[in-house]
Amino acid sequence: MNERKIIEEKIFKLLTGIATYSLIAILGYIIAIIFINGFNSLSLDMITKTPSGGYYYGGEGGVLNAIVGSLYIALGATFIAIIIGVPAALFINVHLIRYKRTQNTIRYLLDALWGIPSIVYGAFGFAFMLYLGMNASLLAGIITVALLITPIIIRTFDEVLSTIPKGLHEASLAMGSTKTETAFKVLFRQGFSGFITAVLLGFGRGIGDAASVLFTAGYTDLIPKYLDEPAATLPLAIFFQLTSPIPEVRERAYAAAAILTIIILIISLSARLLSRNYSKSNIK
Amino acid sequence: MNAQNLQLMDTQTANLQSLQMKKQPSILQIKDLNVYAEKQHILKNISLNIPKNKITVLLGPSGCGKTTLLKSLNKLTDLYRELRVSGQIFIEEDDILKTNTNAPLIRQKMGLLSQKPFPLPVSIYKNVAYGIKLKGVKNKDLIDYNVEKKLREVGLWDEVKDRLHKSADSLSIGQQQRLCLARGLAVKPRIILADEPTSALDPVSSKIIENLFRELKKHYTIILVTHILRQAQRLADNVVFMHYGEIIEQGSPEKLFKTPKSVQLREYLVEGN
Ligand SMILES: Nc1ncnc2c1ncn2[C@@H]1O[C@H](COP(=O)(O)OP(=O)(O)OP(=O)(O)O)[C@@H](O)[C@H]1O
Ligand SMILES: [Mg+2]
Repeated sequence: MNERKIIEEKIFKLLTGIATYSLIAILGYIIAIIFINGFNSLSLDMITKTPSGGYYYGGEGGVLNAIVGSLYIALGATFIAIIIGVPAALFINVHLIRYKRTQNTIRYLLDALWGIPSIVYGAFGFAFMLYLGMNASLLAGIITVALLITPIIIRTFDEVLSTIPKGLHEASLAMGSTKTETAFKVLFRQGFSGFITAVLLGFGRGIGDAASVLFTAGYTDLIPKYLDEPAATLPLAIFFQLTSPIPEVRERAYAAAAILTIIILIISLSARLLSRNYSKSNIK
Repeated sequence: MNAQNLQLMDTQTANLQSLQMKKQPSILQIKDLNVYAEKQHILKNISLNIPKNKITVLLGPSGCGKTTLLKSLNKLTDLYRELRVSGQIFIEEDDILKTNTNAPLIRQKMGLLSQKPFPLPVSIYKNVAYGIKLKGVKNKDLIDYNVEKKLREVGLWDEVKDRLHKSADSLSIGQQQRLCLARGLAVKPRIILADEPTSALDPVSSKIIENLFRELKKHYTIILVTHILRQAQRLADNVVFMHYGEIIEQGSPEKLFKTPKSVQLREYLVEGN
């Protein structure tokens, strides 16, 4: 290596290092700000109690209603999205393997759906809800969020499935497995870490999105018991409290944001562990 | 006796052998097989009988269509839209290429061993059990019994019996190749299609696979693609030489290797040695 290349190498290493570490620093900074601002309000009450009458003026209570509502909506929507998304992603990669152009068209459409802002999904969900004669409810929220995250789950899983070596696919078929067996027993297995990533991305987007649930899920201080009841969500809880003139309430908005962050961290961590366990036998 | 005479005798025995070859019952009959890609005629009017319980070796320079021929046999060409296949391939009266044939059923009659082993992303045990289950076996004891039997058949049992439930990915490449063979045998095929199965292996593992093939040919018909001429000489009962998508010559290894008729084969043999 000559002098110049050594210097180039050093500069490049420095630049990439700066980019990477500053990203981590920014993430840390965001989380720190949220926790610092919400620290005083982070109490057991926040996660175990629903708002009391005077909650929004600084009174007693917590955001249990929003925690539960958000979990219900995100879990329900993720569930629906998995049921639709997993077969769809497998179909694209197994049954459409001969049809490259169809594959690409579908991928393009899904990418477009992914890119549509969630407020548009919210508006669509709202119109759809009225059309069906439903009220703002848990169910309407779940359906809207499911629409929002299904393309995310399909495309993320699909991206991983499409990198599976063709030899493995052929090996499975050559043994005489059907396409269905190849899809569910071989490709799904091999792409399991991609499945987990897909579910995580979808769930994270679903639990954190405010615009899609704004008109469809409504808001309530109660914990919903049935699908046709409205449901509170954490993003909206943050939104409402952050716009309050009362400092204690604003502080609680940060506490709610911290709770949302913690939920996402817990779920992504456990999913990673799960996926690591399952990818042990993956073919590299 | 002079050298010419000797050669003559060689040719005679070779002719005799090729005559016997023709009388042998065949398990696969390929008739006028053509495979086209968008801009290329990959296989040209291939007609070929594969004798039962023999090793047929496909030889030919890189790109001549050996892999494509194997893939046509078990319908893996279906995976490629750009490939058009025409002609007939009979396996026990059934035409494989008819569009309404049951592809999984046809494929179960042939085990494929590819250049690079692709174990399934599950444990060693489950790799073989998967093949057994494909045949509809559900009884756990029967599966256990057969997993062991197949692993013994490929000489892998002693090496893996203590780690059956470990990932197949943890095996060496040579072991993975034998695992893939065991998995293929578990489906009870009639024919083994082997596409350069030893090209990724060390000499010792290659030897193991070769010996296995000699053993297996008692019960299975083997079609082997190889670039190793010595391997072809050691194993072949019947050699098929291909060049640019055509079959140029075929017959017993003695005949083809000692007295190649075509220029192409002569050149190939010179370069290969
Ligand atoms: N899906 C495809 N689309 C277009 N052309 C193809 C396709 N598959 C194979 N071919 C072409 O067909 C020819 C034969 O390929 P094939 O893989 O059968 O050769 P081969 O004899 O197995 O060679 P090698 O010894 O290098 O493995 C090559 O020229 C290849 O480029
Ligand atoms: Mg090949």
